[in-house]
Amino acid sequence: MIKNISNLGDAALYCDFGKEVNKETNSTVIRYFKTLKHRKIIGINNLTPSYNKLIISYDLKKTNFKDIKKIVENISIDQKEDLSSNKIEIPVCCEESLSLDIERLEKKLNLNRDKIFDNFFSKEYFCYMTGFIAGMPFLGDLDNLLRAKRLETPRVKVPKGSVGLTEQFANIYTSESPGGWNIIGNSPLGIFDKKKEQKPNLINPGDIVVFKKINIDQYKKYNE
Amino acid sequence: MNKNYFEIIRAGINTTFQDLGRDNLYHIGIPFSGAMDNRNFLLSNKLVKNNLNSPVLEFAYLGPSLRYHGEKISIAVTGDVNFKLKKEQKIIEGNCYESYLIENGDEIDILSTNKSVYGYLAISAEFDLNFQWKSCSVNTKANIGSNNGKKVSDNQKFQIKNLNNDYSKKKINYFNSKIEKIRVIKGTNFDYFSDKGKKLFFEREFMISKLSDRMGMRLEGPKIENVVDTNIKSEGLLKGVIQITADGFPIIMLSDHGTIGGYPKIGVVISADYDKLVQIPSGAKIKFQEIELSDAETLFRLYEMETQNLISRI
Repeated sequence: MIKNISNLGDAALYCDFGKEVNKETNSTVIRYFKTLKHRKIIGINNLTPSYNKLIISYDLKKTNFKDIKKIVENISIDQKEDLSSNKIEIPVCCEESLSLDIERLEKKLNLNRDKIFDNFFSKEYFCYMTGFIAGMPFLGDLDNLLRAKRLETPRVKVPKGSVGLTEQFANIYTSESPGGWNIIGNSPLGIFDKKKEQKPNLINPGDIVVFKKINIDQYKKYNE
Repeated sequence: MNKNYFEIIRAGINTTFQDLGRDNLYHIGIPFSGAMDNRNFLLSNKLVKNNLNSPVLEFAYLGPSLRYHGEKISIAVTGDVNFKLKKEQKIIEGNCYESYLIENGDEIDILSTNKSVYGYLAISAEFDLNFQWKSCSVNTKANIGSNNGKKVSDNQKFQIKNLNNDYSKKKINYFNSKIEKIRVIKGTNFDYFSDKGKKLFFEREFMISKLSDRMGMRLEGPKIENVVDTNIKSEGLLKGVIQITADGFPIIMLSDHGTIGGYPKIGVVISADYDKLVQIPSGAKIKFQEIELSDAETLFRLYEMETQNLISRI
């Protein structure tokens, strides 16, 4: 349930679902997101679900904070709302030239790279949200042993396909972008396709992701 | 090639096709984009009797120079812009907010914006463009929108269609007033900052950095001290949101912003000041002024009423 609703500027509602970042809280966020999306409420022009927040932005020409708040407070959320969890396998190559921050991570985590990779590839991850750049999935949770802070100085350009770690989360850079996550490998799989307007994202909130390690030959041949 | 088209002689530094942008895509990471200065965008289309959401060329600082080939059409430029029309026999100094007839071979040379950033060129026809998610708006960071999501470049040709035969002159007197204080509603992380930091934010001047673009406006000024955490759990962003980055400086989200961010939000620029904010050039200084939500709503209603009045007077 929503713990608190406030305004974010004059054209958005800021719904806070609590401090905890876990699947339960996030599933509630996603249920609210899906219900509001289906309702197509006049004036709402964007919904941004994240780990534990939902931001509802609206067109100030058509509605206002008070009216949208009332609608959100009184909406009944279908607990059975299908959270469509697809299971998606993502191939990742961790060859030296693609694993840009592995040395740094070995030092930060005090683990050797084999242990880091074994741990990373042995788990399933949950997609909390997508965004920042088009289609980028935020996946969790990493094992406690793999949790590291962002780079002190973010990269100006992170290559497309890079798989990064930060704190309890992993992500995939769907296009070249600035970024500060610790890069451990690269996926040759297209995660975002702007040509598919109906379904541009391969991974959506609620989906389960497993990473599969591939070698450099498989990586190079992937898109042939 | 269709017989009616524009040829880009000089692209300018940041010339893109824009309309009102695309909504309901934040959740997959796609921002609104769209014209930076909404009012000037709408006025440009009205001056050439277009549908108000028709694609136009938006430029920043140094504009494009174009040669037209084809049947007569009219054009209009809005913003605070210096431009010339080069006709066979003469050169005309162009006035913004006034439509001009152009004929085969004429050139439109948009020299620069004047102590502002963005200007708009609308034509009494439709640029023949590809749309993505119902909008032509170009987001160069994600390569989304018409022209393969890229800026216009030298020597490109753009066909036009659906020419409007009514090219009677349209004109309006309008002056782009400058804004001294940007009005801001406190952000959701306002209390992350020290008392001194909050005070500095509302009392001191900030300079617009050169590193500003359609994604965001970076500001230089006093450091705003964070006493809680320089990161928050990543969450949604909106245009107008002012984040304080880890180094203590503000960055304001603009039309092509990333949809999710993890820096604390000290404030949000009110909707009524957005068009004026984006027009403040790099190197200029601004101050922030705190305002309540109800006042911001009233100010937006007034601003919108004024925009509608201007449109209806054309």
